[in-house]
Amino acid sequence: MVNILERLGHEVDYPQGQTCCGQPAFNSGYFNEAREVADHFLTTFSECDVIGVPSGSCTAMVRKFYPELYRETDRLDAVQQLTTRVFEFSELLVDKLGVTDVGARLTGTATYHDGCHGLRELGIKDAPRRLLENVEGLSLIEMDESESCCGFGGSFAVKFPQISTAMTQVKLGSASQTKAEYLISGDPSCLMQIQGYFSREKSPIKCLHLAEVLDCQ
Amino acid sequence: MSQTRNPFTQFQTDATQVTADDDRRSFLRSSMRGYMNTRSATQGRFIDYESARIAAGEVKWEAIENLDVYLVQFADNLEARGTKVHWCDNSEQARETILGILKDHDAKTIIKSKCMTTEEIHLNDLLSQEGYEVVESDLGEFIVQLREEAPYHFVFPAMHLKKEEINRLFQEKLKSVSTSDPEALTMIAREVLREKYIQADVGISGANFGIAETGMISITENEGNARLTTALPKVHISLMGIEKVIPRIEDLALLLPMLATAGTGQHLTCYNSQLGGPRQPGETDGPDEMHVVLLDNHRTRLLADPEQRDALRCIRCGACLNVCPIFKNVGGHTYGTTYQGPIGSVITPHLRGLKNWKHLSHSSSLCGACTETCPVKIDLHHHLLRNRRNAAERGEGGLFERMLMKGFVFVMRRPWVYRAVGWTGKIAHFLSKPIHGTRLDPFYRWKKTRDLDDPAKQSFKQYWSSRK
Repeated sequence: MVNILERLGHEVDYPQGQTCCGQPAFNSGYFNEAREVADHFLTTFSECDVIGVPSGSCTAMVRKFYPELYRETDRLDAVQQLTTRVFEFSELLVDKLGVTDVGARLTGTATYHDGCHGLRELGIKDAPRRLLENVEGLSLIEMDESESCCGFGGSFAVKFPQISTAMTQVKLGSASQTKAEYLISGDPSCLMQIQGYFSREKSPIKCLHLAEVLDCQ
Repeated sequence: MSQTRNPFTQFQTDATQVTADDDRRSFLRSSMRGYMNTRSATQGRFIDYESARIAAGEVKWEAIENLDVYLVQFADNLEARGTKVHWCDNSEQARETILGILKDHDAKTIIKSKCMTTEEIHLNDLLSQEGYEVVESDLGEFIVQLREEAPYHFVFPAMHLKKEEINRLFQEKLKSVSTSDPEALTMIAREVLREKYIQADVGISGANFGIAETGMISITENEGNARLTTALPKVHISLMGIEKVIPRIEDLALLLPMLATAGTGQHLTCYNSQLGGPRQPGETDGPDEMHVVLLDNHRTRLLADPEQRDALRCIRCGACLNVCPIFKNVGGHTYGTTYQGPIGSVITPHLRGLKNWKHLSHSSSLCGACTETCPVKIDLHHHLLRNRRNAAERGEGGLFERMLMKGFVFVMRRPWVYRAVGWTGKIAHFLSKPIHGTRLDPFYRWKKTRDLDDPAKQSFKQYWSSRK
């Protein structure tokens, strides 16, 4: 992500104090604890003009759920101001910077998995596809039910491993049908789940993050 | 499924069993794919389906926000034409009320059309215990009744069964000839049921909508069985949840197609009946007596919750189940509830207690497919999150989870601790290699079915520092 942004002529900073957006606590129902972690996020990123996030899930946490967390607090204004500066990576490139061709090259066939948070909380559907269409040598094949959840869901994946895995099994079926060499997604957590299962099942499909693909020269 | 087992244990056990049954899961998935295709086509026939969803949600919202007014108007209008209206706080009262009506008429045989609210109050069990003959007339309900099991899906009660299984069931229970032709199987059931309509002393139905303006109940169906159930017997009882009331008859012009589209992918179902009371002077058909039993059963508890009361808008179309990846992989019986799937996971903790039913809100990846599809725009998956919060606030997560969260906050608020955890994690990973893959491995529940990459040799922060 840094390489691509710098190649496009932007200055990238990495605030050293950053940790986590707090979603693990939030999704487990511990809203107060999530807010304490969110406080740290707000402080760490308060000076940044634009915040790029290589994950639809973390972006959704900040943009969609922080305002809910801070609903009845005096930091709400600051939070709402911050949410206008947070972008998921493909949104940042396509919607904010107006770039759809980053000059990447990767030979092969790929299918794209829509992460649920990016898709349904943020409405990201076209941006990653437009970027991938412009990757030289890459052809994109849509899989059946690309919008179906991969089965990760945070603590769900360990609390209900049998259901979580069954969902990824369905994803493997859909992805395999396309005969694609790569499965690409904008969410590291989906990729951890999908790659973890695909690799266990000895699937030849390679899982890549959108940024990894766009960085291929 | 057994009522005595702990609901969480039962859920986990049944989920494990169903997820291991590839054949059943692929059967469920292919049924649902058929539904999705038809539904998408029907949605396309709306000029603007999204606006229709908003409008449908607003109609139900208006009803729920003014329930006190519309319910009274509904009851008054029904009573004006001779229907007896009964107000029941809980399932016990509703059961007694219905039993009382049956006793008053010395009834013996009862025909029922599909009604999930009767499942909610376990009416069939009660009536059988009391010696009544009860027959379900909806084909799917008839099948699950023969199998002595609960509906699998609150719109498609027998969707889990293949036609060959239904053939074996009919041969065994009805002594019918062997056939796997769906039409022939339907005819077998129909012959049995026709006889029962004539014998029945009382017909029991539900209601999809209660129209306040006109004092009518509206019933949506595809088989015509509800018409016979409500018209042939001398007495008709309709059991209806209080949230089913809608303001005006013209609202049906929107809600009936929305229910059909979202529920089955039809533009309209084959039959939609509006019943305004018992047979009036000069009318040629209809029952001598009509009763409407209004059931609260903790719905007012949900009404009192400003955050989640929109769940009362639900028109029980079942669309959220049909798109839910959890439902498609664990099936309906696993939930152990009257209402399965996302809507069931949202409302069951309110209807039956958070303590025993909170696990349903955790057994979701919060993917949001349910919210995206709901025809009345209920904020389903965020309600699951709110149920999780309510459980955590009441300390239902347990001491270990609370400590884990405190630890999480401690680490994430201190970058140096965060970094320290990073490298101690790497050391721990190296030292724990002998137990990797065994039950002692802290990542056992993950690694049982999935691989996990080793921690990266260099953290992003280290990389960042090195490139400067």
